[in-house]
Amino acid sequence: MTSTFDADAGVVAVSGLTKRFGAVTAVDDLSFTVTPGRVTGFLGPNGAGKTTTLRMILGLATPDAGTVTIGGVGYSERPRPAHHVGAALETASFHPGRSARDHLRVYAPEVGVPDSRCDEVLSLVGLMEAADRRVGGFSLGMRQRLALATTLLGDPQVLLLDEPANGLDPEGIRWLRQFLGYLAGQGRTVLVSSHVLSEVQQTVDDVVIIAKGRLIRESSLADLEKQARPAVRVVSPDAEGLERLVRESGWLAQFEVPGIAAISDQHASDVGAAAFAHGLELHELRAAGTNLEDLFLALTSEQTS
Amino acid sequence: MIAALRTEVRKTTTTRAWWINATVMFGYMLVLAAIMAASFVLSIRSEGASSTGLPGGGTLDPEAIASSVYTLAVALGYIFPAVLGALVVTSEFRHRTITPTLLAEPRRTLVLVSKLVAVLPFAVVVSVAGVVGTVLGGAGTLALMGEPTFLSDTDMVRTIAMSVVALVLWALVGVGFGAVLTNQVAAIVVLLVFTQFVEPLLRILMAQFDATETLSKFLPGAAGEAIAGSSLYVSSGLADLLTAWQGVLVLLGYALVFLVIGRLTTFRRDIG
Repeated sequence: MTSTFDADAGVVAVSGLTKRFGAVTAVDDLSFTVTPGRVTGFLGPNGAGKTTTLRMILGLATPDAGTVTIGGVGYSERPRPAHHVGAALETASFHPGRSARDHLRVYAPEVGVPDSRCDEVLSLVGLMEAADRRVGGFSLGMRQRLALATTLLGDPQVLLLDEPANGLDPEGIRWLRQFLGYLAGQGRTVLVSSHVLSEVQQTVDDVVIIAKGRLIRESSLADLEKQARPAVRVVSPDAEGLERLVRESGWLAQFEVPGIAAISDQHASDVGAAAFAHGLELHELRAAGTNLEDLFLALTSEQTS
Repeated sequence: MIAALRTEVRKTTTTRAWWINATVMFGYMLVLAAIMAASFVLSIRSEGASSTGLPGGGTLDPEAIASSVYTLAVALGYIFPAVLGALVVTSEFRHRTITPTLLAEPRRTLVLVSKLVAVLPFAVVVSVAGVVGTVLGGAGTLALMGEPTFLSDTDMVRTIAMSVVALVLWALVGVGFGAVLTNQVAAIVVLLVFTQFVEPLLRILMAQFDATETLSKFLPGAAGEAIAGSSLYVSSGLADLLTAWQGVLVLLGYALVFLVIGRLTTFRRDIG
């Protein structure tokens, strides 16, 4: 299934997209571009308009304004769209009475693949053992895998996945991360939506952040991380020495109790070096996160207030 | 089109609803036909062959009894193929599989037409099961009671065969209806109430006046019976029927009108 992809055919271009439901503008003049060969996180709080945007990209909903193209063509204009674009929407939908294999066999003719492809994708997502079991008895994690298998039927160049990590256990999330990275590494376009940045933080290369239907940020994850503020948590048996170090270094810090400090805007390496230079004994020195999640919340709530 | 048809056929073969439908219809019609056959025979035996005890004042000779019993599937059992057809559309909305369906095939008219065509083989199975059940229950009871079964009568065989055609067309009406009313529970309830209660009542009421009597022939149930060429309603003198071909056209008309309405409303809106 490894193949070389035409990069232009993998570009998802959203331009001026607008969707109103009565008085509510769910998606408001939204424009962004998703590039091939990378995993892009489509992020925003619940109700930000992510699913509505995906539905418009996929021709399930008609925009009130704006256009969406995938490789220069609208989704519904393609004769066999699932061959080029694999998509799964938030609430993965299955008939509970069908087995996993039958679910795939139903769509195989329309996608345009032989039945043997169904077992291939079941193996790819690790569901081969459950192939003949009814989907009604599946866990949320298994449904997510089956939804992913469905999107992969046509070996598509573009993958659009709505909250694919939802319901996955930590092991499943790690598997998903590696799998999506592998697919992007083949030159495919991978877009994953999520309402929690931390869930996909280790998965995505780029981010498109929206809130209230509007674009907040479109950048690489690295650029976003630069904007996040580091912090360090320090524990020392010498409470006075620690206070002195903080004062003399001019750091902004909060003492939970004497001897335990949360230092803002500093990297663990700098704090450690300074403590060493002052001969201060440390029992704990820990980066308290670049706290990208806080940045994400701040970015998306600014828009909400 | 071929791919869409294969997908639609597989949607039905991979679920149980269609053969449960066929089995239940077979059993229901078997019992109903047996009971009706027995009660007709008993009523003419007690009141004599010239009985006018039926609401329309008609008479029931042994042949009319046989044809009334054999067409019970068309007169009362058509809810089964109608529900079969409706489920083809409504189950997609109930289980939200309409989303992957439209992702695989965004041409919505093609999806609906494929559903209409793909339901045919299953409609034939359900209809044959229903008609076989009716004839088994009816003829079996008539034979047990020592009455003629008329099963070697060419016209009777024709009536029985045409009732299969009528029932198959009812499945198409069901598909169209499901496209209009996509809520599964609502669709089944409305189909049940209309076919089992509203239409029978309408036909009795409309038969009372010349102006409405003609119109009543165009009700879907009456059109179905017209295809079979006979029914309990006719035997009981309640109503005349259209010709078989007119009946076919009327039922097809209902199916297509519903389908077009569904395409222009539900299937034009945002889905998924």
